[in-house]
Amino acid sequence: MIRINCPFCGFRDHSEFTYGGDASIVFPDLDASSEAWIDAVFHRDNIDGVQRETWHHVHGCRMWVVVTRDTVTHEISAVEPAHQGIKLVLEAMTGLSSSDEDQQP
Amino acid sequence: MKRYSAWNVFRNGLSDQKKWDRVWRDPDPKKSYDVVIIGGGLHGLATAYYLAKNHGIKKVAVLEKGWLGGGNAGRNTTIVRSNYMMPDNRRFYEHSLKLWENLSHDLNFNVMFSQRSHVSLFHSPAARDAAARRYNTMRVMNSDGELWDLNRLKREVPHLNYGPDARFPILGAAVQPRAGTARHDAVAWGYARAADSYGVDILQNCEATGVTRAGNQVVSIETSRGLISTKKLGFAVAGNTSRLWRIAGLGRLPIESHKLQAFVSEPLKPLLDQVLAFGVGGAHFYISQSDKGGMVFGGDIDWYKSYAQRGNLPIVQDVAECAMSILPCLGRVRLLRHWAGIMDMSMDGSPFICKTPLSNLYLNAGWNYGGFKASPASGWFFADLIANDQPDPIIANYDLDRFSRGYNIDERGAGPDPKLHG
Repeated sequence: MIRINCPFCGFRDHSEFTYGGDASIVFPDLDASSEAWIDAVFHRDNIDGVQRETWHHVHGCRMWVVVTRDTVTHEISAVEPAHQGIKLVLEAMTGLSSSDEDQQP
Repeated sequence: MKRYSAWNVFRNGLSDQKKWDRVWRDPDPKKSYDVVIIGGGLHGLATAYYLAKNHGIKKVAVLEKGWLGGGNAGRNTTIVRSNYMMPDNRRFYEHSLKLWENLSHDLNFNVMFSQRSHVSLFHSPAARDAAARRYNTMRVMNSDGELWDLNRLKREVPHLNYGPDARFPILGAAVQPRAGTARHDAVAWGYARAADSYGVDILQNCEATGVTRAGNQVVSIETSRGLISTKKLGFAVAGNTSRLWRIAGLGRLPIESHKLQAFVSEPLKPLLDQVLAFGVGGAHFYISQSDKGGMVFGGDIDWYKSYAQRGNLPIVQDVAECAMSILPCLGRVRLLRHWAGIMDMSMDGSPFICKTPLSNLYLNAGWNYGGFKASPASGWFFADLIANDQPDPIIANYDLDRFSRGYNIDERGAGPDPKLHG
């Protein structure tokens, strides 16, 4: 079981979450070329190592989070809200950056 | 190669069966080959065999970083079927099933192919109609398919949960009688032995670490056993395709690596004569009984990208729940072994056997869950592609460019999300 430190709920089993996918994907503008869209929709780096990926805390707070995880060891080095605005508010409220508190207990 | 036959078993019996040769050689790498295949799994070995047998190309090496049968060749549930509906898959998997039907004779090695039929349960009138459509498609394309009503199903598979308390009451099943199982190790060994007898070098403990290019041409491969130059190179390393693609300096692929678990129980007396598939709601489960008596079964992938060859516990629970829901008589059966393999999950759930941006590099990848049953046809058509430098019409759409043509071969209609193509 992977344990994900949700910024809103604390450490939870990964079975509370659903996996989204590669968080590095940036979708192009709607009027971008079809090559740019094909690349964004279909092509993946598929990293064997540390990658940023989205998870949805669907059986918890229902927030999307971005998890930095090693795809070989499953070790998680950071969890942060996916939404940049919420991330800033959370950091202002707690006074810490979310990447400081990732070590599992 | 000494042929296996009743006469040879008798004759070697006179010398206590001690005078058999090695089943395949363990050669040192030569300096150069006509074709090098990276990946000594079922697809790579089958490719080497058909290169030699169908195309007369015998100066071939198969590079395997571990040992034969140690990767996904030994990490599957050994199911063989061709109940696909999309035209490309229909033709391809039917060709594969036909090769399976004669494989033991062809290889002179008993792969224990058992056409015990594949029984896919349905639980609603809508699912029955969808199955009828799929299996009618198979029949009009000269394959075999049947619909079993509840009476027939109860007669053939008596131990299922037919009770009124079943969460998903069973209405019947869609059946492919020619489908079945084979012994996965025997397939690897059979192809290895047959390829070796043509002079193919099978190089175990030989990991590819680099690809040397001259422009858009591969010149040689750096390996843990030295530099090997080759005229043509084939990748057949499902699970690790993206890694190798990066080593060759080629960027991104429409593939993600996910892991799939499988399980085998302690041996039981004969209980289940067919391959059984159960998929409704969130459930996804398939089970058969091996010749040793173990129940061999599996379910979904682990739902997140991973290169770890070990499974997670939520899926163990998920699969156990499926087993209990459909075969409650398994409740006290103990698990003997359980393992995970890394799958190339492609963007539409269908594979790639194609040319690449490099002129003499060929790709065989993206097998999702379905690689075991595909291996004979995969080797057959990959060998043909490498030998003739152009794809057979049957695999013409198994190319990397199909997404830019809008030609997704999406059997499940799940969309471009690799984890959904079960």
